[in-house]
Amino acid sequence: MLKSVGEAVEFNHVSMRYPGTESNAVTDANVHIKAGEFFSFLGPSGCGKTTLLRLVSGFLDPTEGEVRIGGKDMRGIGPNKRPTAMIFQNLALFPLMSVAQNIGFGLEVRGVSKTERLKKAVELLELVDLPGVENKMVGDLSGGQMQRVAIARGLAVEPAVLLLDEPLSALDLKLRQHMRTELRKIQRRTGVTFVYITHDQGEALTMSDRVGVMTGQGVIDQIATADQLYNEPQTAFVADFVGENNAFAGAVTETDGDYAILNTESGSLKGRNRLNLNSGQKAIAFVRPEAILLAEDSTAVENILKFTVKNLSFEGSFITVFLDTPGGQTCVMKQNNDGSTPLMQTGTEIKVCFSAENTQLLPYGEVSYA
Amino acid sequence: MRKLWQDAKHNFGNIGIIFILATVGGWFIFMILLPQLIMIDYSFRPLLPLRKIGGPEDVYTLKNYMVLFTTPLHRAIFFKTIWSSIIVTFVAFAICYPISYYLAKMARGARFSLLMMGIIIPYWINELLRLFAWQLILSDVGILNNILMFLGIAGEPINFRSGNSAVILGMAYAYILFMIFPLYNAIESLDSNQIDAARDLGSSWFRIHRRIVIPHAKPGIAVGCIMTFMLAAGSIAAPLLLGSPSSFWFTQLIYTNFETANWNQGAAYAMVLAGLCLIFIMLMLKLFKVSLKELTK
Repeated sequence: MLKSVGEAVEFNHVSMRYPGTESNAVTDANVHIKAGEFFSFLGPSGCGKTTLLRLVSGFLDPTEGEVRIGGKDMRGIGPNKRPTAMIFQNLALFPLMSVAQNIGFGLEVRGVSKTERLKKAVELLELVDLPGVENKMVGDLSGGQMQRVAIARGLAVEPAVLLLDEPLSALDLKLRQHMRTELRKIQRRTGVTFVYITHDQGEALTMSDRVGVMTGQGVIDQIATADQLYNEPQTAFVADFVGENNAFAGAVTETDGDYAILNTESGSLKGRNRLNLNSGQKAIAFVRPEAILLAEDSTAVENILKFTVKNLSFEGSFITVFLDTPGGQTCVMKQNNDGSTPLMQTGTEIKVCFSAENTQLLPYGEVSYA
Repeated sequence: MRKLWQDAKHNFGNIGIIFILATVGGWFIFMILLPQLIMIDYSFRPLLPLRKIGGPEDVYTLKNYMVLFTTPLHRAIFFKTIWSSIIVTFVAFAICYPISYYLAKMARGARFSLLMMGIIIPYWINELLRLFAWQLILSDVGILNNILMFLGIAGEPINFRSGNSAVILGMAYAYILFMIFPLYNAIESLDSNQIDAARDLGSSWFRIHRRIVIPHAKPGIAVGCIMTFMLAAGSIAAPLLLGSPSSFWFTQLIYTNFETANWNQGAAYAMVLAGLCLIFIMLMLKLFKVSLKELTK
């Protein structure tokens, strides 16, 4: 089985501004992607993810900073000379060529003989679990098959880094979920460094070794593993963007070792103060819906609040309860359903609590609700 | 067919249908069909004095067509016209392909509009005037010779107008628009990601054009070449105004025949030219593996 060796990709203080525009598409990116890593950039559309990818592939050179692949500065080296291959969002397969010709294109460029190219194409189709289609035209394939051909075409040139620009976004949900595991499998088999960009956090969290979360302004807020991102977000944006979260804005009143107390409109909340916020600082307390419990079921002694049940939606394995807070905002709570969990009555007042351990205090920032 | 008729009736009413049939039908019959039929009829009849027309000597014959094969000079002019028109087509393609690619894939905003205007505005001026302008540029005391002599490149005026070159240059210029637009349309419809993908896979620019852009643009290339070739082969103004005795065009031969009242000979030669153009179209379609349907897209 063919095995390429992945190489590290480094962004050192990379900023990119397109000529004639007012603001940066990417601002001071510092990322060190390890050789053989599956790394994802996650962010809302228009946040500069594609720009980052094009900086690695060589279609763009940064206005500031440097992009290094395998330790070598890539400035001035064109996309056809870099050890990268890109999978485009719309795949960009060559419709006038057969599958084998598509996969062999990069080899044809390198002067590999026709029989060698066909051999390699067959081998790669095997790798992406799509054997026997080498003589078909691209247009005769289904969406998922085209996907695999595009990946095979990229891998054919034995790149050190494979760049994937939201390649799954055109597929239907089921195929998309299947392709996630497939991509991960292919990455493990080949050892190539995968740099993947997506706005779909499900994709990013399930496939990647590490994820870089980008804000709308092209700033990378946090680089971490999926569980770290979810459990220990570093900024309000990350806490808000990754997964569901309840946000209570307020000001820090006192600090207590690893913890601090935040005074919010819904009451005084105690939470983890990982970022060493000071007294008086504006901050937001984030609590996951699944971390909110009924006070009677919990042993926690802090953060006990009285909320009113607004409505609820029964989803089978869990129940989503929407609560009105004294501060006038809506708080979401997720109750597990073990088969006999009683449904709450709309309009009743309930006592809920969440442990300080599960409450994250983060510096104030723009979030979608707070 | 029946549905078409009912739709038409619904949309235009009886009077409307009569009007459309009368105008379109009249235009087709009187402007296209009849003149062609008359020309074909003429081409197969011998040239006779007026009193003998309709007499026993007025029979259908291939005599007029045979003249082309029995007169070496005419034959030479015919083949030279084909050859020169092919050169015009090549020159126009060589000039227009880079321009079309630039327009379709690289030029943005103001640069695009400026270039487009630069290409279109000269066509607001009559073709004859543009050809006269070329006369002024290329003449012995013209701008080009003046510049060359001023720069010391040429010691004495160069006679650009001898031979075929002035005619070919003038025509390539005159028909640029007919080459650029089909090419532009075809290249514009190519997904730019395919170009990027090919580049990303290590391809040189030359290979990207040979393997990706040109195969995609084939229908446009075929249309552009057909138009340019037909216009060049059928052109009379350019050889008349820019030509030298050695660049005599087949159309000039046809023209001379009509001028000297040998309409039968002229009609036969006109038919030969039309036949040539038809053959060229078929050849191009075959060569570029394009169907007629794709052409009209």
